[in-house]
Amino acid sequence: MILPLRLEGISFRHIIQPLSLEIGAGPSTIILGANGAGKSVLMRLMHGLLAPSAGRVAWSGPDARRKQAMVFQRPVMLRRSALANVAYAVAAAGIGEAEKIAMEALREVGLAHLAHRPARVLSGGEQQRLALARAWALHPEVLFLDEPTASLDPSATREIEAVIRAFDASGTKIVMATHNLGQARRLGDEVLFIHQGRLVERAPVERFFRQPGTAEAAAFIKGELPWA
Amino acid sequence: MHNILGHPQLWDIVALSLRVSLSAVALATLAGLPLGAAIAVGRFPGRAAVIVLLNALMGLPPVVVGLAVYLLLSRAGPLGDLGLLFTPAAMVAAQTILILPIIAALSRQAVEDAWREYAEQLRSLGVDGLRAALTVLWDVRFSLLTAVLAGLGRASAEVGAVMIVGGNIDGVTRVMTTAIALETSKGDLPLALGLGIVLIAIVLVLNAAAFLVKEAAQRRYG
Repeated sequence: MILPLRLEGISFRHIIQPLSLEIGAGPSTIILGANGAGKSVLMRLMHGLLAPSAGRVAWSGPDARRKQAMVFQRPVMLRRSALANVAYAVAAAGIGEAEKIAMEALREVGLAHLAHRPARVLSGGEQQRLALARAWALHPEVLFLDEPTASLDPSATREIEAVIRAFDASGTKIVMATHNLGQARRLGDEVLFIHQGRLVERAPVERFFRQPGTAEAAAFIKGELPWA
Repeated sequence: MHNILGHPQLWDIVALSLRVSLSAVALATLAGLPLGAAIAVGRFPGRAAVIVLLNALMGLPPVVVGLAVYLLLSRAGPLGDLGLLFTPAAMVAAQTILILPIIAALSRQAVEDAWREYAEQLRSLGVDGLRAALTVLWDVRFSLLTAVLAGLGRASAEVGAVMIVGGNIDGVTRVMTTAIALETSKGDLPLALGLGIVLIAIVLVLNAAAFLVKEAAQRRYG
């Protein structure tokens, strides 16, 4: 077990103000905030893609690197088949028969029929599902998602959300950044509300939307609702 | 046209041209690809200046390269003892210097673009170092092929460098471009024209091949 994850007074330049929090196993955590609030940077600090300017990111177990995965807003695919993209990740992690595990992951997200198609010619929604398959094959303990549906249409978004639910059901901890309030409600258990690089509020989803504890959160909910 | 293509020396000249230019391309590729890739992903002081310099060197005037190599290899020069001046080896050396910046600069651009796209994803997957480098190089292999062919085009078409360091000696260092220059000044326009047509045909075929390979790759790998 690598959770709980503890952030101890981390900051990043002027983008993330010193911030401490603990993220435990279990409930899905939604990092909510406007564009430019620092959601993506915070997530990259957690995942280790950025080194904090100050403070410490502390995982509770060994080999934390291999037990987490991340899906980005724009999926990055290598110039090879869908199957080979997933197999590449499995081989890099060194967790067994790459092709077999990769095929199972493609089946899980409903892409088995496209296994041998070049990954980069798939549609945006298919590529994002492929990115999720790549993460699925690694059986991560924690899955970070950085606005995974921000550039997708509603039907592709539904498919992606279904896969995210499957991750949740399989016991993977979900940490997702989004500015989509509807999505936060559908997928989240708790909300971390980020405003101008500060953690302004942390609350269970239900309470956050019913009764936001801060003026910033209330304004954000009010302003965003028409597009939710 | 028929008696030009049947000219006894023509095919010797064509063969020497290809030998010199292909050797230069092989050497420049061997040095230029790793150099370009290293500059693409490396972070070091003066990097911007190195990139500007490399891009500027793509436009190196062949006669200046020829002159520099001539001075190095001439009897009184630092490498004069090698006795390479006016040999095909000297021509290969000059052309290698000429096209090394082209191959390095173009591959630097291709690798850097891909690296910018892949870096986070690869780190997220725990892939770094040599494995990450090989992954990126493999993914941009068709762009690298274009860089290499650009170098070959430049090498086979230039006349200044090979003229100075090769000396255009009949049967020894005479290549297509120097032969064209000579025959034109002698007034033997049919032979000059014939060589010119062969030269253009070679460059055309190479570029058509590069285009087709890249198109096919695009369709196949996206």
